[in-house]
Amino acid sequence: MVSFTIDGQPVEGKEGTHILEVALDAGFEIPHLCYNESVKPYGACRLCLVEVNRKGRSRMTTSCNYPVMEGIEVFTRSEKVLRARRIIMELLLAMCPGDKLLQEMALSMGVHEVRFKKDDKDCILCGLCARVCDEVVGAHAIQFAFRGDRREMIPPFQEEATQCIACGACVVVCPVNVIGMKEEGDERTIPRWKRTLKMKQCKVCGNYFAPWFQLEKFREKAKLPKDFFDTCYTCRS
Amino acid sequence: MIKLSSPQDLDQYRYQILSHRRPDQPVITVCGGTGCHASGCHAVVDAFKKVLQEKASDNGVALRVTGCHGFCERGPLVVVHPKKIFYQKVKPEDVLEIFEETVLNGKILEGLLYEHPATGKKVVFEEEIPFYQKQKRIIFGNNGSIDPTRIEDYLAVGGYRALAKALFSMKPEEIIREVKKANLRGRGGGGFPAGLKWEQCRNAPGATKYVICNADEGDPGAYMDRSLLEGNPHSVLEGMVIGAYAIGSQEGYIFVRHEYPLALENIGIAIQQARELGLLGRDILGSGFSFDIKISRGGGAFVAGESTALMATIEGNVGEPRAKHIHTVVSGLYDKPTNLNNVETWANVPVIISEGADWYAKIGTEGSKGTKIFSLVGKVNNTGLVEVPMGITLREIVYEIGGGIPDGKRFKAVQTGGPSGGCIPESMIDLPVDFDRLTEVGSMMGSGGMIVMDESTCMVDVAKYFTNFLKDESCGKCTSCREGTKRMHEILTEISEGKGRPEHLDWLEELGWVTMEASLCALGGTAPNPVLSTLKYFRQEYEEHILNKRCPAKVCRALLHYRILPDLCTSCGRCAKACPEKAITGVPKKKKEKGEPFVIDQQKCIQCGMCLETCKFNAVEVQ
Repeated sequence: MVSFTIDGQPVEGKEGTHILEVALDAGFEIPHLCYNESVKPYGACRLCLVEVNRKGRSRMTTSCNYPVMEGIEVFTRSEKVLRARRIIMELLLAMCPGDKLLQEMALSMGVHEVRFKKDDKDCILCGLCARVCDEVVGAHAIQFAFRGDRREMIPPFQEEATQCIACGACVVVCPVNVIGMKEEGDERTIPRWKRTLKMKQCKVCGNYFAPWFQLEKFREKAKLPKDFFDTCYTCRS
Repeated sequence: MIKLSSPQDLDQYRYQILSHRRPDQPVITVCGGTGCHASGCHAVVDAFKKVLQEKASDNGVALRVTGCHGFCERGPLVVVHPKKIFYQKVKPEDVLEIFEETVLNGKILEGLLYEHPATGKKVVFEEEIPFYQKQKRIIFGNNGSIDPTRIEDYLAVGGYRALAKALFSMKPEEIIREVKKANLRGRGGGGFPAGLKWEQCRNAPGATKYVICNADEGDPGAYMDRSLLEGNPHSVLEGMVIGAYAIGSQEGYIFVRHEYPLALENIGIAIQQARELGLLGRDILGSGFSFDIKISRGGGAFVAGESTALMATIEGNVGEPRAKHIHTVVSGLYDKPTNLNNVETWANVPVIISEGADWYAKIGTEGSKGTKIFSLVGKVNNTGLVEVPMGITLREIVYEIGGGIPDGKRFKAVQTGGPSGGCIPESMIDLPVDFDRLTEVGSMMGSGGMIVMDESTCMVDVAKYFTNFLKDESCGKCTSCREGTKRMHEILTEISEGKGRPEHLDWLEELGWVTMEASLCALGGTAPNPVLSTLKYFRQEYEEHILNKRCPAKVCRALLHYRILPDLCTSCGRCAKACPEKAITGVPKKKKEKGEPFVIDQQKCIQCGMCLETCKFNAVEVQ
């Protein structure tokens, strides 16, 4: 275990973990958007900034990907950190003014006005959808494209995401809930990834329970018998 | 080709090459650098080839296409050996005369000599030209003597002697000590002590280590690394092999930006030739040390020049930087200890090893040893590549080497360090150029770009230009960099369009601060420099744009006010015809009648400048 302090309070973290996870566990509040415990930290949103004092040298850094080290002093609410977080929040709000979560976070941080020309985007470019798709699901269906202010999360070449299994993990993990998934009859669609898949019907209850494509992928990967998914989860149990 | 399997073999081979070269042999060298390509050296080379074929197939007159001489303003450049008569702005039509008069008869053609702009005095030899006099070309100097596609030329000037010394007379730790003693600092922009980096990499746990040469050179206007790779690729290779030996690496990469086809070609040829001779690859010179190099090409993004983004690119991933809480010398390419250095840094290594750290450390200042190659461009008479000792002043570079500002205009500022750097005003022109001094005043050395600006440069426009570049090139990961550069550019655009507000200057400072402090990599970390440095030294210019809606340098189109001077207008009507918006009206003069002065309707005027261009009587005034 690694011992260090956060805002003067002694804390402990397992070797290999990062400041943010230890801090959140210990009850400290550090705003964050692109951090999720199910995937590796990414450091894109820059909200989780803290000041770290290590061997007498202090620097402001993201806490989600800074490894815990013996004896470091972490400050989560210094003036510098609060000022930086506020401006970043304002920038995020200028980018996606319609996001409810961003509006709430801004209020709680004391950001009441957006001085810049408001954009019309909904995606905050946190990357969680792609990271979950890569690291947890293994479908690798979507990824960031382009760079700078033209960066966006898209299916490959802006066409249908042919590797997408419509599992909905991206829908669930998106902090601002801008990825929708709907079902109509025997089809499941994720419009954002231009993906529509036909669903399989359970032999027992007759419900459309999951896309054929998804079930086939699972079956191949887990080397299951051909008729394994003829019944849905509910009926199988 | 033979394989050299000992330092004695190398010495013998070098001796053989030299013994076939008579010191008095007539040689015509033509600069084949990219700058001279642009001014047409290709045609000059072809003309020489033709003339030599027809008239000198048995005369023993050699033609050599060499690397960049640096005086790109005056290309194509031709030097006639053995006398070393230096001809500039040579055209294919001059070639026959050069051959018949200078090569055969030793006669000098005055018309092709460099002429001193102030005195009119003609200069015959390269080293007497003012452009070269204050330079110290320990790295670039050999460019003019070697054909980069022939390893024999490099060997003839002493090439690979340092490598033999390193492999056979020095231990890896000694080499690192020497490089540390010389205080070689990274020439790519970071200025980090190379010896220390090598040591950290050597000491990192793990048997597999990589060395990388960063030739991504993305700063607009910078072409030093390009000219080194194109003109003297072996100097870089030699440095890398020595470094690899010191660090304990067997595999190296040279990452060249895709937009440098000649550099890619020449470094490829150099690698092949070095391999064939046994100076690269397995058991180099029979030392038992093996090291080989692969070439990796960039994909067209400036951010890929950032070391972690570069490594990601080599691995086949997107060129996005990553957090460096764990340094790349410990975990870099493929998570292995990796030492990355810039092209020019590597090229300094053979010089340090063969001449010694003490000799090297005599050049430069306390904190910045050695020389630096700058690309001197912009509003200056002598544009090109210059290599100067650290500590030389900006004034010496701009006026004595650069020849001052053309057209008698007034010097305004010098921008150093590319898009990550800042502008240094006239009041600081006696600043000695070194890493720390430049950083102290809010700029940085960067990779060596030096853009000279005069009174006709608008500093708001400069800030807007660089911020736009950085906004486009940001990888986009960090909110602070992506949105910060975007909003800074937005505000600068509004200011340049006459929509600026006083609070905009405070917003720029705030945005600049957060972009610098909160971003992951040095792109974001230095992105505000152009804005913040121009704000610091040229605040009144910003205020003119905002408060008086005026651009003093007459650059920002929306703030320009075009007016026809009634006293000078001859009513010829040409401007009215040229105006795309039909904004000019008047009574044109007819045969017997004088007509009336023409007038521009300010509401319709789009400030395109066509009237100014068309008027033959200087009657259009721009304010």
